Order: sequence, then C-alpha cells, then structure tokens
Amino acid sequence: MSIDLKTIKHISKLSRISVEEQKAEKLAGDLNSIFDFIEKLNELKTENVEPLTSIAETTLKLRSDEVKSKNIREQIIKNSPQDNEDYFVVPKVIE
Amino acid sequence: MSNNNSEYLISRKNNQYEIVIGLEVHAQVTSQSKLFSTSATKFGAEPNTQVSLVDAAFPGMLPIINEFCVKQAIKTGIGLNAKINKRSVFDRKNYFYADLPQGYQISQFKNPIVGEGKVILDMPDGQKEVGIERLHLEQDAGKSIHDLDPQNTFVDLNRSGVALMEIVSKPDLRSPDEVNIYIKKLRSIMRYLGTCDGNMQEGSLRADVNVSVRLKGSKELGTRCEIKNVNSIKFMQMAIEYEANRQVDLIEEGKTIDQETRLFDTKKNETRSMRSKEDAHDYRYFPDPDLLPLEVSDSFVEKLKSEIPELPDEKKKRFIEKFNLSPYEATILVSDIETSKYFEDVIKNSDIKLATNWIIGELFAVLNDKNLEIIQSPISAKNLSKLINLIKDGTISGKIAKTIFELMMDGDKDPQKIVEEKGLKQESNPKAIEEIIAKVIKDNPNKVKEYKSGKDKLFGFFVGQVMKISGGKANPQLVNEILKKNL
Amino acid sequence: MSDITKKSLSELVKDIKDKKLSSEEVTKAFIERSEKSKELNVYITEDYASALDKAKKFDQKPNLDLKLPGIPMAVKDLFCTKDIKTTAGSKILSNFVPTYESTVTQNIWNEGAILLGKLNCDEFAMGSSNETSFFGNVQNPIDKNLVPGGSSGGSASAVAAQLTPITIGTDTGGSIRQPASFTGTVGLKPTYGSCSRYGIVAFASSLDQAGPMAQNVKDCALLQEVISTFDSKDSTSIDFKRNDYSKKLTNNIKGKKIGIPKEYRIDDMPKEIEELWQNGIQYVKDCGAEIIDISLPHTSYALPTYYIVAPAEASSNLARYDGVKYGFRAKGENLIDMYEKTRSEGFGAEVQRRIMIGTYVLSSGYYDAYYLKAQKVRKLIKNDFDEVYKKVDAILTPSTPSSAFKIGEKKDDPVSMYLNDIFTVPVNLAGLPGISIPAGHDVKGYPLGLQIIGKAFDEQNILNIAYAMEEKIAFKNKITDWWIK
Repeated sequence: MSIDLKTIKHISKLSRISVEEQKAEKLAGDLNSIFDFIEKLNELKTENVEPLTSIAETTLKLRSDEVKSKNIREQIIKNSPQDNEDYFVVPKVIE
Repeated sequence: MSNNNSEYLISRKNNQYEIVIGLEVHAQVTSQSKLFSTSATKFGAEPNTQVSLVDAAFPGMLPIINEFCVKQAIKTGIGLNAKINKRSVFDRKNYFYADLPQGYQISQFKNPIVGEGKVILDMPDGQKEVGIERLHLEQDAGKSIHDLDPQNTFVDLNRSGVALMEIVSKPDLRSPDEVNIYIKKLRSIMRYLGTCDGNMQEGSLRADVNVSVRLKGSKELGTRCEIKNVNSIKFMQMAIEYEANRQVDLIEEGKTIDQETRLFDTKKNETRSMRSKEDAHDYRYFPDPDLLPLEVSDSFVEKLKSEIPELPDEKKKRFIEKFNLSPYEATILVSDIETSKYFEDVIKNSDIKLATNWIIGELFAVLNDKNLEIIQSPISAKNLSKLINLIKDGTISGKIAKTIFELMMDGDKDPQKIVEEKGLKQESNPKAIEEIIAKVIKDNPNKVKEYKSGKDKLFGFFVGQVMKISGGKANPQLVNEILKKNL
Repeated sequence: MSDITKKSLSELVKDIKDKKLSSEEVTKAFIERSEKSKELNVYITEDYASALDKAKKFDQKPNLDLKLPGIPMAVKDLFCTKDIKTTAGSKILSNFVPTYESTVTQNIWNEGAILLGKLNCDEFAMGSSNETSFFGNVQNPIDKNLVPGGSSGGSASAVAAQLTPITIGTDTGGSIRQPASFTGTVGLKPTYGSCSRYGIVAFASSLDQAGPMAQNVKDCALLQEVISTFDSKDSTSIDFKRNDYSKKLTNNIKGKKIGIPKEYRIDDMPKEIEELWQNGIQYVKDCGAEIIDISLPHTSYALPTYYIVAPAEASSNLARYDGVKYGFRAKGENLIDMYEKTRSEGFGAEVQRRIMIGTYVLSSGYYDAYYLKAQKVRKLIKNDFDEVYKKVDAILTPSTPSSAFKIGEKKDDPVSMYLNDIFTVPVNLAGLPGISIPAGHDVKGYPLGLQIIGKAFDEQNILNIAYAMEEKIAFKNKITDWWIK
C-alpha cells in the first residue's frame, strides 16, 4: 500500500498538524518506507489469535466515590497561554 | 400529516410514510466524584473550580475508575431489564475540541457494560415495548462558551470527566408522542434508582435523535439523519416533525437523503445540516491502554439486584391490585418516584380514592400552574392527609375543602387549624338543616309551586339558597336528603 | 573533588552514612563536574543552587536511615518534577512547569535524594540517538560526535560521564537498555506495571516503564528498590511482592537455566556482536549456570509490531498538546488553525512522523489491518516467551546490533534508526523485565552490551545473573574526559 499526498493531507487534518507543501513529499516518502517495513506482519496468519488486551494480567481496580481533588483552579489555569483567571481562552471555531 | 388510531403517519398524494426513530440518551450519573477522577460533580459551580489535574489532561495524568459509577450503570441496566456484561472495555474516542482536554473521550465502543434490554411504555391505547440496544459509560465534555467575547471562546472544564450513561434505543419509536413517553419513562426509572436526576434544564439528561422515514408497511430502514443537541422534549418533538417531513418531501421529489448530522434551530423551528466536518467521524476507536478491562463478578451484580427498589412497572401493578386504582390513575401516580412517595405517605392514614383524586386533580393543578415539582409542593403529604380525613369524617364538605386547600398553600397550614379559625366546620345537624330548609321553603312559595309542577331543575335553586343561608357549611348530602323529603 | 564523582552510588551512600562525606561535599562535586561538561549537553534544566541548599539542609539534620541519604541525582526530563520545568525534550513543553511530582521521583526524594537537574532526551521519548531533542544533541562521553543512544541519551551520558552518580530513564522500546549499551553503563527496564507511570509524560501507555541507569548492577538494584512501588493513581500499576533487590543480590546463579534464542541471530549479524554473545555464553557457564538453546519464533515481527502499537498509542497520548491548557501555543485565526500551527511548530519531525503513522493505523478502514493485527502478533510474541519460560529462567541476547554510531549518521533514514531497537523491543511488547550490562568493546573501542531478559516480576533473578556476569566480565569503561578543557 502506498501513501500519497492526498493521504498525507487527510492524516494531517485528522491529527491537527499542518504540513507544508514542500515537506509533504518527503514525509510521504518517509512514511512509505516505514510502512513497507511494517507490511512484514502480513506474512502471519492471525485469524484465530486473540489480540492482547492488557499486558498486566489483572483487571481494573475500582476506586471509592470520594471527592479528593478540591478547587485548584489557580494551579490548573496557571500554565495556560492566555491571561484569564477563570477560563481557558481559545480562538473561536468557525461555524 | 395525521394519525388514525395510534399510528403517526405522514401523508402525501398517494403515499403514506411512517417515521422510524431511535434515541441516544445521555444521562449524567448521580455521584460525588467524576468517572475517572476525584473532582466534584455539583452543578452550577464557579468555572474551572471542579477540575483536577486528570480532568485538565496534564502530562502524566492517568484515569482511575469510580466504583460507584460502575454500580450506577449496572443498576440502570437492571432497571432496563437488560443484560449486564460482566466484562467490558473502555475505548478512546479520538477527536479535537477545546472542551475535550485529552483530545479523546474515554467511552465504550465494542464491549459496553450493559447489553440489550427493554422498556415498557404506557401509551393511551395500551402498552408498547421499546428495545434497548445497549448502555455504556463515558466521560462528559467541558463547556465551550461562545458569547462572552467576539473573537474567543471561553472554556469551562467543570463538566469534563463527569460520568455519563449513554442509553441507545433500538429504532422502535414511531412518533413524537412515543419519544415523549419514552424519555419520561427512562427518566422515571433512573430517578427511582437514584442513578440520574433527569434534570433536563441542568443538562443531566440530553438526547440525540435519529430520524428516518419509510413507506407504511415497508420493512426496510430509510437513510437516517442524526439531530444533535436538542435539550428539551418539546424541541425534540418539533425537530422530529420537521425532519420527517423534510425527508418525505425529498423522497417524493425523487431525491436521495444524505446521511448526516443536523442541528435543530429553535428560532426557525427547522433542522439544518451542521457545517461539513469531513472527517469529524473518524474517531479511531481503540482500547484505552491506561485502563484494563472491567470485570465484575456475579455476586457484585447480584448484590446490586438486591438493592433495586420497587420500580415504576412493579409499583403500578401493585397500586392497581392493592389499592384498586385504575391503570390511568396508577400510571400517573407512579410516573415519578417523588409523586409515588407523596401518594403513599398520604394514604398511610387516609382514604385512597379521595387521596388519588385530590393529588391528581387539585394538587397537580397547583403544581403545574406554579411550575413546581412535587417535592416543592406548598402542601405537605401530612397536611393533605389531614384535609382528606376531615372530608371523610364529615367535618367539612368537599366544596369547603377546596377553599381550605387554597388557604393551606400559604405556608403549608394545618387544615384543622383553618377550620377552627374560620369556623368552616360543616353543619351536619339534621335539625339545624331542617330549620334552614323550612325557612327557604317558606320564603320562596312561588318557586316551590313551580318545582312541584315539574320544574325539576329548580332543586338546585333550593340547594343554593340553603347553602347561602348556611354560609356554605351545610352538609350537602343531608341537604339533598332532607330537601327531597320536604319538597 | 574528582575522586568523589568517581565513586559508585553504593560507595557514596556508605560514605555519607559513615559520615566520611557530607551531602554538601558530594553535591558540590557533581555540580562542579557538570558545570565543566556543558559540551556534552546532557542538562536541559540545571537546579544547582537549590540542590546545594537542600544538601546543606540535609547535613544539618541528616536522616541516615534513608536509602539515598543526601545523594544528588539528575533525572530524565520526562518525569514531572514539581515547580521545576519539565519539557520532554520538546518545544511544545519548553515552558511547562508542573505543579505536581511523579510517583517515581517522589519515591526517590522520599529516600533522601536531591534533584540536580533534568536530563536531555529524545523528544517525547521518540528516538534512539538523542538527536530529536528540541534542546540539541547529546554527546556520548565515550568519544566526540558519538551518539549516546536514546531516548534516555542524556541520562546514559550523565551516568557514564559521572555527572550524576545514578539516574532514572524510561524505556518503551529500548530507551534505557540501548543507551546503556552505547555508553558502557547498566540499564534496567523493569516488568511492565512495576514502576508507576503517574507523572511521567506518556509516550506509549502499554509499553512505557521507568527504570534505573547506573554504573554497576548493585547501584541499579538499590535504585530499583526505591522506585518500584504499587501506586493506586495508576490503573496499570501491579500489586506484587517487591524485594529489597540490593539486599537480596547474589552472584550465585548455579543451576540457573539461561536460554539463547536463535532468532536473535539476525541476517548479517555483525561479527563482533556474535563474538560478544558467545563470550557472554561462556561467562554464564563460568558462573555455573546452564545454557539452553531456545526458539522465539515471532522475533522478527516484533519491530514492525512495535512501530504500529507505539505510534498508535502515542498519536492519542499526544493529542492533549494542543496549546489550550499549557505549553506552547501558536497564533491562529480560529481554533483549528491554532491547533494545526501549534502542533506543527511545537513538535519536531520524528514526533510528527510517529503521530501520523499512529493516526493512520487507527483510522477508519485500516484499524483491522494494522492496529488489531499488531495486537494479535503481540499476543503471539508474548506466547513465545511464556512457552520458553517453562524451560528456562532467563534469556541472554546482545543489547544492540552495533556500538554507538556518529551523530548525523542515521538521521535521514528512519527505518535504519528503528533497527537499533531490534533486540530490545520484544521485551517491551511482552511486558517483561530486561537489563543491559556492558560486556565488551568493538574494534573502535566503543562499549557493547549484553541483555538479560527475565520472567515477569522476576527482577531479582536477572539482577543476580547480571551481577554474577559483571564480576566475571570486569568491564572498564574508558572515559577520557575529552570534553573537559
């Protein structure tokens, strides 16, 4: 299978990473060689194999319904790029 | 567009179409802390004050599941007569949005915690069974506020991570009415269980509606459209009507229907396509590697089963059998758990028939008029019970009781006290009534003659006169009896 | 001064406990040497002033019952350290200061250690040569312009150059063991679930593990004791009986069965790697252990499997770096524009490549063929190990297919770079513990490592085997201090 520029555009949109025209070709080339390498898995027949669901052979531990994290708004907002004490601020989505 | 009997059909020239509706209801789980983090879930807190490091998706933060939310989901599943899946898996649903801090929502895709079930709806003309496809747990997103600033969107993550139960119905609903009853039934069941408070104004209950149409009698499903973010039952019904007609029009014109997501515009009362989000639907689901599969034991589920209270359907059956209520009355009284509690409180010490009538009649009228829930009722069950007893033992007449009822609303006054203060006790002394009747007969000889000559309707006049003179306190039954004798 | 930095962790701990050295003296010594070693570029953030303060405070009221009393230590910049910048080697976190501490580093500070600074690494732990860091390449102290390996390149260099007595790294596909091999140091990747992942910048959640990187096995065992704890804040943390690994350390491995997997003998196996392996086999025999030939049939599929699973998980884990809550944000005309610019400017090329691969293998139409398939093959790989562990106690392999290469040599060929991890990756896929110990030199005089893979939760066993072999090997790392003018 082959990764073309159309695919690059599609993945770029899905992953929200813009790719400049000049860089797109090289990227497609890199990804193609990586995928050629990954294709090796097709040599194996795996219809009757169960996928690995968890490495650790245990199940989910449940926690009690207690409020342990109190109001830490200052900590939470402290690192945000915009200067607002109450909210995170982002540019609008175009509707 | 019309219906005959219970069928809701859309008619055009030669064709009749039925609507096929499926609902995806999102119900916020009642719990102290969130699904995967330990911050609080209370509605209405100051922005970003109920957000933990995990909720805000800081580097290195990890989800830890809340046992109580798991129990709430299983209980709801039991209330829906559904299969509980003892092993379920959490998957990541990947997409980007400002109120989704992780860039993915933890949900359940292929292995939900609850499987197929069913809900019985009480329709005016009988019962209808609606299938449940599944119920799964997932995180709620935060809130994006678009109107505080012209250039920017403000984000509040308080709601981010709150546990949601997504209940997916089978496409068994056929009309806006059925949708109304279905949502109310779901809401009722969850309120009985205490798993969701069903408060649509606060957003605890929301639904996405899937609508398609097909020719009456067809077994094939048409192309469906999803209407998102409709936050009231009324708007849902309007949206369904609009959308179904839109689709029928397209079919009649020979056009195809695009499978798409639409919004309901509450100003124009129409649905419109959401601005094209080409790859918005490639969520790239995969099992969340930060979480292991969830496994619950048989005994875990059994214990929860034993904690289930009497649910609406059971309670309705019991009310009909034990209290002799009609199906109509029983349905109303069990529809909300608080109503049924109120009712059962009143009838502890009071006549059931009177209680039924007074609650469904007078009390509901007041609550509707003042837009109150029954737990906000201005008259307590205790005092309503007292009022009913005063009627039953003849102390007051039904008519006077209505007056007293009005007076009781001001601060839940004790009806006994009102009777005493206002001297509203019914006059039930036959001698006293005879005296009044005698006076009325004496004072109205012409009317007596007319009555005796056949004008039966004048009986009411005499009753009225007796009431007037007695200040409304004469016992109506006695008045009738004695009047009949004396006229 | 220089003598202090030559000491091992265990020696320093003993000297401090015996009051032969103060924490201040030790800390000063490592700070001075670090300050002279800027050319190696191992530090992203230095916290020297604060370290000295803490050392002085410790000396005023020393608690000598602790396992790391007053010991200065730098850590990989993937561990969130409270109030100290934590960058993950990336521009997108270049100004991020956490308000919380990772469990693993908290365990270290609880035992008396003192933070020297944060060590350079490949961006978001993606790389095998420490050439993808936003903060520049790291030099291998073994020789000029040599890569130290990656992603824990800064950590490995710092230990080899004796700028920190010991450190911790993280290993997702070999990021502790491979740089250990390249720098002549010891690196342990514990069993998955052994060390908490809370507070570690996540790369691939089902593969990441923190682990010690040290000058010798005994030091490594001591640090493993400290960092490995059950943590209820991590759902994948396992509650099992953990040893005092250093106390139970023994070189007696008589009768232990060590497997030699034939599939690790790759095509065009470099002669010196084969020789190293044979030497290793001999050392094992000399220790009284038994050598058994085994087969791990799906070995050759491990690397392709890894390069589906790891990028897939990473593409999702790195979605949170969107400029909204913290970190770098580019100006955008609208939300989507902001996202796209932030992430394309904030992430380096390798990270972008892996996110794209990950996004693609999870995308509609490809999930079954790639991700689901990879998870099935992963099961087969794990089954291979489960099967052989019925017959052997541990497995011996080379750590890397070559010694350290020159900076820039493999930068333009991603696949060639990925092949560095060929021997280490299967261990992560199966969630097993693996340790790399320096075992020889190649013709250029660069170090080569041998890897011992153990059963799940059996760290003690592989530490013992490593300890026994280390004694026989008597490896001497040739550090010439070439970077100190």
